[in-house]
Amino acid sequence: MSARFVPVPTPETGTYWEKAAEGELWLPRCDSCGRAVFYPRSFCPHCHGDDLTWFRASGRGVVESFIINHNPAPGYEQDAPYVIALIMLEEGVRLTTNLLGVEQTPDAVRIGLPVEVVFEQRDGIALPQFRVITGDGASG
Amino acid sequence: MNRAAGSSPVIIAGAAESPQLGTVPGQSAMMLAVSSARLALRQTGLAWADVDGLASTLPVVDLASYVGIRPGWLDGTVVGGCSSMLHVRHAVAAIRSGAASVVVVAHGESGRSRVGMPPRAVDPASMAGQFEQPYGMSGTFSRFTLPVLAYLHTYGLSPDDLAEVPVAQSEWAAGNPRAYRDKPLDIHAVLSSRMIAWPFRVLECCPLTDGGGALVLMSARRAADLDLEHRPVTVLGSGESCEGPGASFMEDLTSFAGFREASARAFRESGLTQADIDHLMIYDAYAHVPLYGLEDLGFVGRGEAVPFLRSGATRPGGSLPMNTNGGGLLYTHTGMYGMFAIQEAVRQLRGDAFAAVPGVRTSFVQGIGGMFGAAGSLVLSNT
Ligand SMILES: [Zn+2]
Repeated sequence: MSARFVPVPTPETGTYWEKAAEGELWLPRCDSCGRAVFYPRSFCPHCHGDDLTWFRASGRGVVESFIINHNPAPGYEQDAPYVIALIMLEEGVRLTTNLLGVEQTPDAVRIGLPVEVVFEQRDGIALPQFRVITGDGASG
Repeated sequence: MNRAAGSSPVIIAGAAESPQLGTVPGQSAMMLAVSSARLALRQTGLAWADVDGLASTLPVVDLASYVGIRPGWLDGTVVGGCSSMLHVRHAVAAIRSGAASVVVVAHGESGRSRVGMPPRAVDPASMAGQFEQPYGMSGTFSRFTLPVLAYLHTYGLSPDDLAEVPVAQSEWAAGNPRAYRDKPLDIHAVLSSRMIAWPFRVLECCPLTDGGGALVLMSARRAADLDLEHRPVTVLGSGESCEGPGASFMEDLTSFAGFREASARAFRESGLTQADIDHLMIYDAYAHVPLYGLEDLGFVGRGEAVPFLRSGATRPGGSLPMNTNGGGLLYTHTGMYGMFAIQEAVRQLRGDAFAAVPGVRTSFVQGIGGMFGAAGSLVLSNT
């Protein structure tokens, strides 16, 4: 059992977590307006269209904002201080994440850093996390 | 019996905070609310039997039962720290429509001592629980603060600029025996205080305190034959709005839609503009929130809040006195701070604030709820 907080899927979000368990990041997209929707829900909040279709997202994005938490949550004691970041995905939706593959300091992390999705196994849930892409797009 | 206020203005006829504030382990949240409400009622000369409307951040049925009344109008809206602003807005509508004639709005919270409080927990099936909380969130300081770097980056500001907020506000709180942090602060003191969640130091984060506050609202007509202890404060306008279940769900990380829309509604309803406002309260759970507030409410342009603060405009003697109790950062913050911002605006309009600003006729009070979730605005006047 991880001491870390474990999310509980709901009917709207089930596909997100099922695909994450297969190591893939999937998002719902509106059939009417074509916009990706996050968080997942039962219809489109942009145009109020009825039908959303899940698709596999690129898993790539950039750091949009971040803090460095000095007061660890349960299960994070060994990692403090650690980054909590907001990622803007190529698909135009924003995810929260920790930031892997980079020193957890204000100097090392910066807005605009390119990142890619990886998955953390946590009590039967695969949690999307992001790591910094180093070099010319090769994962580091 | 037609009690509808119709066109009669709705006033705050009584307003009081709990006698004890800060660390109050001997009182439950309910006691803190009720002690405030009794003081506020006493200022109007009315008794509980006269109260036919009740709104609270506490379970409102429990509160009604506690004080022994069965009001004909209840409001249990809880949308976080700005709930008290929404209660006032709803009470004004209820009084205007005749649904209630005397409304008590009460807040009590044992945020520090946790006496008579539900356990704090994020529901793991909520959207914030699924998509924010799993990433090592350990308190609101790690959630509410997430957008700030995007804001600072956009306007070429430094993370250290956040210190301007508590420094300016400390000039108001200094020496106030009711303020949790009552010392004057300089930039160095703030920047050398303990790091909580970079770039936020402890003096850029609200403390957690115990306290309560209550208001009594009625129409000016209803108050006409009462011997009010204080000058009445009129609610000229109000607004409310919301955006999402967490900061990560904001449309724009550098601006809060709730602030923009609630404040615009309140200004429109009051018929006043920013230039007409003498005194300002902007909810400050963390140092960045007043920066968003000053810009989103239209008191300064985008990216101009830090230079505005640095100019001294919000300090004693400045052109726009702001957070004159020291704010949630310095005065008190029980978890939901909104009631205390309203109380300070009322005190300034009555002329009995600790750091009284001369000649205040109008005050704008801006609340926020959740992590950039809900917003509530009030325009108050003493004329
Ligand atoms: Zn759509």
